[in-house]
Amino acid sequence: MHYLAEGLRLPTNWLDYSILAIYFVVVLGIGFAARRSVKTSLDFFLSGRSLPAWITGLAFVAANLGATEILGMAANGAQYGMYTVHWYWVGAIPAMVFLGLVMMPFYYGSKVRSVPEFLLHRFGPSSHLLSAVIFAVSAVLIAGVNLYAMAIVLEALLGWPQWVAIVVAGLFVLAYITLGGLSSAIYNEVLQFFVILAALIPLTVVGLKRVGGWDGLTDSLTESKGGAFLSAWEGTGIGSANPLGANWLTIVLGLGFVMSFGYWTTNFAEVQRALSAKNASAAKRTPLIAAFPKILIPMVVVVPGLIALVMEPTLGRTEGGLQYNDAIPVLMRDLLPNGVLGVAVTGLLAAFMAGMAANVSSFNTVFTNDIWAAYLKKGRSDRHYLQVGRVITAVGVLIGMGTAFIAASFSNIMNYLQTLFSFFNVPLFAVFIIGMFWKRTTPAAGFWGLLTGTVAAMINYFWFYKGGVLDIPSDQGANFVSSIVAFVVGGVVMLVVTMVTKPKPAAALAGLVYGTTSPGMEELPAEGDDAWYRKPALLGWGAIVLAAVCYIPFSF
Amino acid sequence: MSDHQHESDYQSQVEELERESATAARLFDVRRIIGGLFVVYGVIVTIAGLTATEADLKKAQDININLWTGLGMLALGVFFLVWLKLRPTAVPTPPLPADPDGPGEDPAGEPGTSGRG
Repeated sequence: MHYLAEGLRLPTNWLDYSILAIYFVVVLGIGFAARRSVKTSLDFFLSGRSLPAWITGLAFVAANLGATEILGMAANGAQYGMYTVHWYWVGAIPAMVFLGLVMMPFYYGSKVRSVPEFLLHRFGPSSHLLSAVIFAVSAVLIAGVNLYAMAIVLEALLGWPQWVAIVVAGLFVLAYITLGGLSSAIYNEVLQFFVILAALIPLTVVGLKRVGGWDGLTDSLTESKGGAFLSAWEGTGIGSANPLGANWLTIVLGLGFVMSFGYWTTNFAEVQRALSAKNASAAKRTPLIAAFPKILIPMVVVVPGLIALVMEPTLGRTEGGLQYNDAIPVLMRDLLPNGVLGVAVTGLLAAFMAGMAANVSSFNTVFTNDIWAAYLKKGRSDRHYLQVGRVITAVGVLIGMGTAFIAASFSNIMNYLQTLFSFFNVPLFAVFIIGMFWKRTTPAAGFWGLLTGTVAAMINYFWFYKGGVLDIPSDQGANFVSSIVAFVVGGVVMLVVTMVTKPKPAAALAGLVYGTTSPGMEELPAEGDDAWYRKPALLGWGAIVLAAVCYIPFSF
Repeated sequence: MSDHQHESDYQSQVEELERESATAARLFDVRRIIGGLFVVYGVIVTIAGLTATEADLKKAQDININLWTGLGMLALGVFFLVWLKLRPTAVPTPPLPADPDGPGEDPAGEPGTSGRG
């Protein structure tokens, strides 16, 4: 957690505050208007599986475009330069395409309501409960960390006391999700997506003019930082030093393969958006439609980070001065007049709330379906589960608010917790991928793969890296290596355990394993879904090619 | 086998909930909200651009950024409203028991209300 420097106060006036106020009214309005569409628990948790692909696709990318992501990636841009694009083009696009083309037919076609529920049917209760509990706990804590991050940003930018920001944003999120469920959350995410772009695009345009256009930007950075700063791959040979502390192998395998596949394909806060789509084709297209904005986002996030570095060369250099995380707030302060400034503040606040809402709306689904209905109170009426969903939403937000207040005094502990939870996604991905493609994988293998993979990543990170046994130059580099370790250990344990335990009967795996379909699940394509621009394969491969092409200007 | 029994159980339960679901019929169209909000924002920010002071212009490197952003937001808002007008929400008619092929489409329908307060 970084503290924003003093002196970042924005010169906001009544115009900016009016723009912000209108947004809050609309957010609540969406909640109230969506309420009448919530009749069953499926409406509340998955929007009745009825939304069109362009909405779920934009919500998919917006759920990831939280304010911590925007400020953090601009900060990475200022700190590491063009290496930051790896988080997008190698670290997101292939995984999103894989989710859409390969995994989504199993997720959506098997009619599971959450990622842990897939584990229940494929493996059994032990891995199901383990992943459901870890997901629920981490979602609430991350929501709290998000709230706290918002509180410190708003305190610096607008002068709001931290508790005001935590309480106001928390209560708005609580209200609109309790009222309208996932539909509310998704609609607000779509809205947030456009508002944040309306803030970042003018910021980038004015910023580029200030530093003399793209040529001016590259010239002054090459002069002050050297040519490698503007290259994606220079200096990433194995054994050579670069600011990222990682080589091309750990970037491609650690970030590009295991970390990003772990995040994008098994993180329920993302997958939930696709599960709410109206048919199998729309579900497959959800992450593919999201991939295209994701490819272009570095232009309005990483580039402002670079611009900030030219405007404020001391960024991140001095204790107590401006930090890397201040890159975008600095540009807002120095370049945006009232009006657009209000749009930018609104976009930032909307991004914080949407990030928190994504966590809350996935938390209430996993808690109600995978913990409460599966183990605590089975076989109740649908009304009961809808009620539980609403109550637990409120409980989740309140715990998140509590976490935010705790985070204010123990911010280092929160950083460790986030690192800890990040180690869970990778072995989860190993379990999914092996379980989906190898019919023989046994229930016991799923559980032990999950557990040992997670523990292995923790041992690598906390003992080998923090303890100084292994020499890895940076936290980022250590994260990449830990992920590879988690994947390999989890995978090997699964192979070994599968050999000595009993698999599930083939009949119980229909629709859950590659090469099978659930009985009666063959869905006819909906009218219009055969249009060429709706072909998943074309969208998916198009995204891969576009991401590869984007690398060309930054590779030589 | 009990496992298998369990499989088809949850799937038929989800299908039942999908039939009873009210989202498709009652949820308002988000295009109306995006269109409405961006038209309002577009007008406000455009006016701020038309009345920009020298200091505003100087701060934004001599670009009238309020004017351009406002016009851009206005265009986006109008785009969503026009799209909604040309391709209104398809309302699924309640599926008849005799018609298992699923819902038909009623392009004239217009569900829900605007959520703007």
